Amino acid sequence: MHQFEIERYLPLNLLGYDISFTNSSLWMLIGVGSVAGFLILSMRGRSLVPTRQQSMAEIIYGFVADTVRSTCGEEGMKYFPFIFTLFSFILICNLLGLLPKSFTVTSHIIVTLALALTVFLFVTFLGFRKNGIGYLKMFVPSGVPALLLPLIVLIEVVSYLMRPVSLSVRLFANMLAGHVLLKVFAGFVVGLGIWGGWAPLIFMIGFTGFEVMVAVLQAFIFTLLTCIYLNDALHMHH
Amino acid sequence: MTPEVAKLLAAGIACTGLIGAGIGVGHIFGNYLQGALRNPSAADGQRLWMFVGAAMAELLGLLAFVVAMVLLYAK
Repeated sequence: MHQFEIERYLPLNLLGYDISFTNSSLWMLIGVGSVAGFLILSMRGRSLVPTRQQSMAEIIYGFVADTVRSTCGEEGMKYFPFIFTLFSFILICNLLGLLPKSFTVTSHIIVTLALALTVFLFVTFLGFRKNGIGYLKMFVPSGVPALLLPLIVLIEVVSYLMRPVSLSVRLFANMLAGHVLLKVFAGFVVGLGIWGGWAPLIFMIGFTGFEVMVAVLQAFIFTLLTCIYLNDALHMHH
Repeated sequence: MTPEVAKLLAAGIACTGLIGAGIGVGHIFGNYLQGALRNPSAADGQRLWMFVGAAMAELLGLLAFVVAMVLLYAK
């Protein structure tokens, strides 16, 4: 499908790797630029009684800060900048993808996998640094009969290694499925012509609103699961 | 049945996995709402876990969707 195709705007090559500047890179830059621009512009006044725009920025900040605090506790606030960056980047990429003629960065599994692997490696590194080799105890739940233990440990290891896969596939598949569905219904509008095409068109308008909700929800779920993994590394239960 | 027909049919059958995801996600949100109406004061604290549960249930359905996409478009 045309909307998911990657175009090279500026072909570049570094040591045999293709690092061209593509439409994907362009929309990532637009995303980062608009988030940074929005936050810098809204916090320029730093007034005690916030203006409308400043309170929008404060609400987003407070929302993520509350999520981090309620899942990881005060200790997790040390990693708040990382989580806030992750949230705002995914959110803006999802939302920009809904604009006509734009490119959805997060509908490509390589992008979401890179994000998820960053989270996974960061959390694993943090877990080992904080708990030492004791972090491996995470794979051995307490109160399990010795006979079942090898099986449980195997399942725990596999489910731990599945984390980056599940994080990335969830975001990518949600974005892809929404856009494919809109495309299919747009095909119905054209196919049914001027008399029948109104019904799918009305559905599409409603569904676009639903897609905005999904875009925000998926960014939130990615952040929330990152916080939960972070909490596992910071405070081990077993 | 040509290979092309079999591919399309397989993709359609793979999408039936989404039925389970629909049931699962509906179950989670429905039960959350039921619990929240019975005890509204406890609802706020459990909202995060509802989203985690919904995300887990949804993922398993999306795996079926990904299988369908791979069947259709993978070379």
